[in-house]
Amino acid sequence: MAEETKAPAAAEATGGEARPAERSERPDRGERGPRGPRTGGGPGGPREGARKYFRRKKVCKFCVERIEAINYKDVRLLAQFVAENGKIVPRRLTGVCTPHQRRLSLAIKQARNIALLPFAGRAQ
Amino acid sequence: MNRTYEVMFIVRSDMVDEDLNKLISTLESSVTSAGGTVKTEIWGKRRLAYTVRRFNEGIFVLLVIEGSGVLVREVERRLRVTEPVIKFITVRTDEELKRLEKIKKIREAHKKTSTAAAPVTPEAGAEPASAPV
Repeated sequence: MAEETKAPAAAEATGGEARPAERSERPDRGERGPRGPRTGGGPGGPREGARKYFRRKKVCKFCVERIEAINYKDVRLLAQFVAENGKIVPRRLTGVCTPHQRRLSLAIKQARNIALLPFAGRAQ
Repeated sequence: MNRTYEVMFIVRSDMVDEDLNKLISTLESSVTSAGGTVKTEIWGKRRLAYTVRRFNEGIFVLLVIEGSGVLVREVERRLRVTEPVIKFITVRTDEELKRLEKIKKIREAHKKTSTAAAPVTPEAGAEPASAPV
């Protein structure tokens, strides 16, 4: 019963809201089409970057080497995750996992504040 | 109240050694007299990532302070007033240290149970049967 009421609503509705119950029941999402990025761990945006579908699974450097302390003081470690112009590199490029990326980003911002890393450098 | 703080500050590069030491000892004494402990590390001259008050280089000093927040507030006030200090940052580190300790302990316990090949000790906490050899 619930499925039937959802079906017409889904056909009419636009916008990429997650409908997890529906997804599990209905394997053929083809006709519903791309309505925004799939929730959950899909490939990091095949639509966004004109990149190939699956970028070979990058692993989080911190998880692999089991580095626990990400300090604002070790500039050499932090500089690996900062682009040429000083921006913090997104985790879909570096493969860092979320909790580590958060700590890393905090450390980078602290380092920027104490002039160990630039806010914006060499940006052409 | 035992909180750990790290205060890192930058002193202008054209400062003399003895003045620097005088400044540091003043700060240290203000902490110890109020009942905290302090450890100092002088990093030395480094290039700054951007120009601060028309300086491109600075002498970095790190203080690791154990004490209450009032102590640190006093230290910060002094740093703000001192002319040669051009930048400082205070980071509270006791929570982070606690977390690192916990992780270390879990890792040690894990190592012990796996190398001893003994049944898992109950105090190891959340360590399910680690691949019984």
